[in-house]
Amino acid sequence: MKVVVIGGGPAGLAAARAAAGAGADTVLVDSEPTLGGQFHRGDPQRVDPRVRHLANSTVWAVEGMRLHVRTGPADSPSRTGETLNADAVVLATGAHDRVVPFPGWDLPGVYTAGAAQALAKGQKIAIGHRVVVSGTGPFLLPVAESLKAVGAEVLRICDANTGLGWLGRPRAASPAKLAELLGYAVRLGAAWRPRTAVVAAHGEDRVNAVTVAKLNPDWTIRSQERVAVDAVCVGHGFTPRLELAVAAGCVLTDGFVQVDHTGATSVPGWYAAGEVTGIGGADLAAAEGEVAGAAAARGACPTKALAKVRSGRRFAAALADAHPIRPGWHTWLTDNTLICRCEEVTYKDLRAAVDLEASGTRTFKLTSRIGLGLCQGRTCARAAVDIATALSGDRRTFFTPADLQRRPIATPLRLAELASLPEEDL
Amino acid sequence: MRVTIDGVPSQATPGQTVAGALLAAGRTSWRTTRVKSRPRGVFCGIGVCFDCLVTVNGVADVRACQRLLVDGDDIRTEGP
Amino acid sequence: MDVVVVGAGVIGAACADALSAAGLRVTVLDRGPLASGTSAAGEGNILVSDKEPGPELDLALSSLSRWPALVGDTDIEWDPKGGLVVATGDPAPLAHFAAVQREAGVDARWITPAEALEREPHLTTRVTAAVHYPQDAQVQPVLAAQALLSNVRRRGGVLRPGVTVVGLDARGVHTSEGVIACDHVVNACGPWSGEVSRALGAPIAIAPRRGMVLVTAPLPPTVHHKVYDADYVGAVASGDADLQTSTVVESTAAGTILIGSSRERVGFDESIRIRVLRELARKAVALFPSLADVPVMRAYGGFRPYAPDHLPVIGADPRVPGLWHATGHEGAGIGLAAATGALLAELLTGATPHLDPTPFRVDRPGVLECA
Repeated sequence: MKVVVIGGGPAGLAAARAAAGAGADTVLVDSEPTLGGQFHRGDPQRVDPRVRHLANSTVWAVEGMRLHVRTGPADSPSRTGETLNADAVVLATGAHDRVVPFPGWDLPGVYTAGAAQALAKGQKIAIGHRVVVSGTGPFLLPVAESLKAVGAEVLRICDANTGLGWLGRPRAASPAKLAELLGYAVRLGAAWRPRTAVVAAHGEDRVNAVTVAKLNPDWTIRSQERVAVDAVCVGHGFTPRLELAVAAGCVLTDGFVQVDHTGATSVPGWYAAGEVTGIGGADLAAAEGEVAGAAAARGACPTKALAKVRSGRRFAAALADAHPIRPGWHTWLTDNTLICRCEEVTYKDLRAAVDLEASGTRTFKLTSRIGLGLCQGRTCARAAVDIATALSGDRRTFFTPADLQRRPIATPLRLAELASLPEEDL
Repeated sequence: MRVTIDGVPSQATPGQTVAGALLAAGRTSWRTTRVKSRPRGVFCGIGVCFDCLVTVNGVADVRACQRLLVDGDDIRTEGP
Repeated sequence: MDVVVVGAGVIGAACADALSAAGLRVTVLDRGPLASGTSAAGEGNILVSDKEPGPELDLALSSLSRWPALVGDTDIEWDPKGGLVVATGDPAPLAHFAAVQREAGVDARWITPAEALEREPHLTTRVTAAVHYPQDAQVQPVLAAQALLSNVRRRGGVLRPGVTVVGLDARGVHTSEGVIACDHVVNACGPWSGEVSRALGAPIAIAPRRGMVLVTAPLPPTVHHKVYDADYVGAVASGDADLQTSTVVESTAAGTILIGSSRERVGFDESIRIRVLRELARKAVALFPSLADVPVMRAYGGFRPYAPDHLPVIGADPRVPGLWHATGHEGAGIGLAAATGALLAELLTGATPHLDPTPFRVDRPGVLECA
């Protein structure tokens, strides 16, 4: 029984441990040199010694139960290849920051919350001296704390929602979660500004000021002021990394991989755990990983972890309800605001595509050039489709989340790497 | 470790990424876009956005935020 | 007269454009969004270089002359880049092919390997012979289809995406959104034409033939023509079900390089096959060695509408009065669309056809299937 776990964050680590514990021959594939994922960055984790850990490794394509892997320095043409034939796969590929676009968001000095966090924890670098943190969700708080730890002054923490909605929900949060949040409130409360947002960044070659707006509940602008900064960090929740799930044919629900209580996806042999199944934080991810790893290895169901999954999902649902993305952000955009950073597609270009009735993912991309650049729409596709849907009004549209995530080549590789794949790997 | 960034010799530490070294050297952008020549540096920091591309040892299109420096690396950017 | 065109790809769009220009009231249906099937999966070829003398070449030459007038000032990324066919082995078959093409009116210029390298400096030095085809052009196929559909809309035609055709009788076309009364129906559903023809009670033998394309990261200008290996010609004309690949390399307006092409008969199976991608990569690197370190950022597949004898099907269905077909263009639909639309409209309105329609007729051997 060979179980391959993809992703070395909290979910993948727990899945690998559980699969190995159930006696499966377990491989953990992770793109980073050390384990722990984004959550444990700067604090490398270890995995069960029975697990074969493939570091610096990326699954770049999937054919049925066959996984094509490259191992070596990121984007290097000298990586080595390997093909893993799995009996079961656990997808724990996590999520990356979702950012809604605004004028100037492509200026150097504007970073995602994840970038600020990774640079602070992994490289001990502060993205700036005077920083505004903006977006929505509880992740803004640890990011602000990491920024302070490396010497940045955090001027504001702007959450476009009130961030408190979930408190009213019974049994939503554990006492530990409440204590954690209370700690943030004590340490960061002075900078915290609910129902505000950075709605524009200013500067020539890099950001030197931002417009901070007070928002209405639908995120339209009530009033605004200019704040001098040398860096901004933005995050509006997370987008799951779904290309491998889509390549494997897993059904999505509400933009996440659909799983049953054991983490089984719609495709036999494929399991998923962590943020690809819903955004719920590291504890829930680890519990889901443990359950999915055991199920993938056909081991006994870890009942304690399963109970944690159930309560964790309630908390995650409450959290998601409290941090919605409201459509008022469309009013922050100007004609020339870039939506696609790679291909430099503007809001105006999207409107032109909608006017040509480019109402399916493929035609919309080819008409506007959105998502055709190197990031393949990972950064902008969700925002672009939101915009297109809104601009289409009553007209029919045909956008599906799976189409936005269809990247059969999940990470780029060099033409010669592809050309030199040995016969036995095909 | 000794590396070269745009021809200038510099020190690097194990675990440092190319982006980490560039930011530590005070650079916030090192690439321009194809159409409108807009400056680009780090945005996502975790390998998703492909904004931070550099040339490493003669090979273009390497994500600076993902690539760890090794001794002797020759890093080239598009400037400035 | 009212006409319903089923299929809003480039062929349906060209038929609708020609029919509406002839004064007919046109409704275009598609079960999905406009121009989202085969038209959104190709390179946008407008080629004469890959065609041997015969009816398809005649259609291609006619189409080539008609395309510019159809789109007027609309930007469809028309690029008269020219084709360059190179041989790396025995040059004799290519020389013969070009010679017969020249007799049929194709501008096919025999050039030396040195001249080929001058035109394409990154080309392998193993080139033994080359033919330059100045007539070959490329468009962005979705923009081209949209330009034609915009003409239809401007003339009062109606575009209805998201409507599926389920049948046809004396009342009109039966669809997922009710019956649409009409005098004529045009089946322009590309690879899905076989399926739709069965729903309309008049089956024709059109099957899908899958192709895959690799897309590189944007590069500084590296490849200037549509460059392909002389073995492409054999692959296009072959009917083998097995995988065939032949090298086609060209750049796009966005700086990416498209690497094709593969041909497989695997039904509508969309799953990726690494073996196919490897073959494409191998042959591209052999033709352009300097592409070795270029990142491949995307691979995508599509389905070509394939008729048993490799010729388009354009004309009236002999079994069902009022039913017409315009399909089976395989990988050449963008290039052949302009003349296909014109010919279909001429036949449907009783005008004199601008070229002999006999080779494309629906009741030729192998095309009609039993109901």
